[in-house]
Amino acid sequence: MNEAETLRKLRRHIILAAATAREGHIASAFSILDLLWVLYGRVLRFKADQPKWEERDRFVLSKGHASLGLYAVLAHHGFFPFDELQTFAGFTGRLGGHPDCNKVPGVEASTGSLGHGLPMAAGVAYGLKLKQSTARVFCIAGDGEANEGSVWEAALLGAHHRLDNLCCLLDYNHSGDRALVTGDLAAKFAAFGWHTAAVDGHDHEAIFRAVTQPPDGRPRMIVATTIKGKGCPPMEGNPAWHHKAPSPEELDGILAQLT
Amino acid sequence: MNIRQQFVATVEDLLAQDPRLVLLLGDIGVFGFRNAFAKFPGRVVNIGILEQATVSFAAGLAREGFIPVFHSIAPFVVERAFEQLKVDFGYQRLPGCFVSVGASFDYASLGCTHHCPGDVALMQQVPGMRIVAPGNSVEFDTLFRESYSGGPTYFRLSERAHAQEGAVNFGRARVVRTGRRATIVVAAQLLEQALSATAGLDVTVLHYTTLAPFDRETLAGHASRTVIVVEPFYTGTLAGEVSAALSEHPARIISLGVPRQFLTNYGKLGDHERACGLDADGLRERIDKVLHDRA
Repeated sequence: MNEAETLRKLRRHIILAAATAREGHIASAFSILDLLWVLYGRVLRFKADQPKWEERDRFVLSKGHASLGLYAVLAHHGFFPFDELQTFAGFTGRLGGHPDCNKVPGVEASTGSLGHGLPMAAGVAYGLKLKQSTARVFCIAGDGEANEGSVWEAALLGAHHRLDNLCCLLDYNHSGDRALVTGDLAAKFAAFGWHTAAVDGHDHEAIFRAVTQPPDGRPRMIVATTIKGKGCPPMEGNPAWHHKAPSPEELDGILAQLT
Repeated sequence: MNIRQQFVATVEDLLAQDPRLVLLLGDIGVFGFRNAFAKFPGRVVNIGILEQATVSFAAGLAREGFIPVFHSIAPFVVERAFEQLKVDFGYQRLPGCFVSVGASFDYASLGCTHHCPGDVALMQQVPGMRIVAPGNSVEFDTLFRESYSGGPTYFRLSERAHAQEGAVNFGRARVVRTGRRATIVVAAQLLEQALSATAGLDVTVLHYTTLAPFDRETLAGHASRTVIVVEPFYTGTLAGEVSAALSEHPARIISLGVPRQFLTNYGKLGDHERACGLDADGLRERIDKVLHDRA
């Protein structure tokens, strides 16, 4: 199975999980799927059978509502079986609408309330430096999330403490623009003292190049332009699909349109 | 040594003993900890005035095996960063210490923005959050050492200190004296006032310095038909716990605390205690009235 086919399979798992649960932020999961794909496939050091391996790179999904994307990629890498996605958001299931670090192997932080993940990732990065660890911390935050003041507080902390073991990817799908236009986020983080880059968040090579730049004393912010719902044309850029699962009647049509 | 100096001494000592400890100062206490800054670079940080990110940042440290100690003024620790305390420490079940100064109205002259009579009631809303309110320096030292590594813990420091001796332990109420007419449940620094107010009265006095988990057993074992709670925070903060402790006892519960209103006067700590009826005379008058009404 080539890469495109594998990603289509992951999208299919995400749709089916949400359809079974009648719940889930599918479009947000699709927005970050390529970012996660590159991180877990080519960048992060981890051992799926030892999720707490001390030398692992840490990953914090700050926009926790995109959890289905993370679950699909974690399942792909063997943290748990794909079958478990069918328990998504079930009463006794481990895989919730937002990820729980005390339940799900490979999940480093219980997120859901926006604006917590980036400062937490900064604390992890600071802690790793105190331990003189070479492990790195990656984080995915969203543009709507960047409304939160705590994101900018974390930006101050990251720059001041020179956390160059911290790399955040900002999933800039512009869904926040309808409320508050956040503008040129790369320029804003650069003004806060971060090493920034702007990439196409669906271009795997561009993502890889940006996140593998050598450290230079500054935390990194990769502003990734993305399409919310990417890979499913009826959902792409369509706010109606922000928090909606396909009905049984819609399901086959949606699955048939996955790219 | 006052309680802030004791905080410095205790934490400085523990920084030397326990490499997991990391101190984050919200731009207060920086001069007091000047020696610790020099001795423990990287582990003593003046983090700045950004409480929400600081609590999440502290949770990140806790995830890496450290025990963060965050210190600022009560409203900024508890009220400004409450959701971070709830989610990042409560829900994630991470260890960490949140040490506040200011208590209800220690910063009387600075006005309502710096008052925090609601901190304990708020912290009670976080499942798993332990709440410690020492009554003086010695009690702080014991309670902090016993509890700092055991889970998320809020330490409420006040400039008011009682001069009573007697050992305290985390999680346990102390039976100060026993009597028949009423049981006085007194929290934290108000022990002195409560003892003065009840001098010569035939009452039991129980001193609470751990407010969560609340020692229901000791209260149940020393219950009277009248239980008077003397609390240096919003009136009724401990009523739920006291009521649960007395589920097998017919008792009336009277709470004497800080009224639920903005205290817009300035002045000194003692002025507010008097205005709230939490000084020895005020307590005496109110306790007498309760006992007299009963008789």
